[in-house]
Amino acid sequence: MTEFTPYASLAGGVLIGLSTVILLLANGRIAGISGIYSRLFETGTLANGKSAWVHGEKGWQLSFVVGIVLAPLLLMAGGFEIEQVFTGDLTLIAIAGALVGFGSVFGSGCTSGHGVCGLSRLSVRSLAATITFMSVGIAVVFVLRHVVGG
Amino acid sequence: MQRIIAGFLAGLTFGAGLVVAGMSNPLKVQNFLDVFGNWDPSLAFVMGGAILVAFPFFRLARFLPRPFVADDFRIPMFQQIDKWLIFGSATFGAGWGLIGLCPGPALVSVSLLSPQAIVFVLCMTAGMLVARLVASLSMRRALKEA
Repeated sequence: MTEFTPYASLAGGVLIGLSTVILLLANGRIAGISGIYSRLFETGTLANGKSAWVHGEKGWQLSFVVGIVLAPLLLMAGGFEIEQVFTGDLTLIAIAGALVGFGSVFGSGCTSGHGVCGLSRLSVRSLAATITFMSVGIAVVFVLRHVVGG
Repeated sequence: MQRIIAGFLAGLTFGAGLVVAGMSNPLKVQNFLDVFGNWDPSLAFVMGGAILVAFPFFRLARFLPRPFVADDFRIPMFQQIDKWLIFGSATFGAGWGLIGLCPGPALVSVSLLSPQAIVFVLCMTAGMLVARLVASLSMRRALKEA
């Protein structure tokens, strides 16, 4: 069991909303984590045929990811306790990670790009994606806990 | 430089939001998805809160000529629902349910330095690179046929 935390979760949601607003109004970009993070590894091709790692977008994409990674350290320095409980072993974690990575890029977005930004833009495409990953996630947890786990 | 600072601030805010909301705890995410068992509905408030804040600004952005520190808005206009979108989202949902981490919370977990978080992020990164490769190969083939 985990405790029902409506206020903390709402506050966290408001912060996430603020973050998408900063990125939208300042940089004109969508705060989709899977897209931003996976493009960090993408190389562009220059006119002379050489591949280029650095072009206009890489700087803010990298600083965005660095900000996400540093955030919990700042919170912990301020005395915030972070609880993290994994229910599977490393093999299951590896499989899940690969599925999450492949699926979020292949489906053009994850919980942030489709779930938050897409729904805020009233995108039908993002609504279809969100319904799909939520339903499959619910089905997988159902099977894990109530069919296999019993 | 301004875009890099804005990106950094947005990342910090996003990461802090995920932690405060409880999304960085895989058990809590799985309990949110366990609607037929020990359902913990907290995370519905995360999406609700985020959309509540973001929605008016996405409306506002339509009337702005350009963003504050960049040249143009790049907001997807594509509206087609295709098999890639559904297949990819279903695959993502399966992995999300299996362990309870999606890309944002996975990146947040990296600095906690647990072996679980590191294995997850490495495999997630590999999965993303494979997806980009598959997408670019099939795009090239489609261009050749066209």
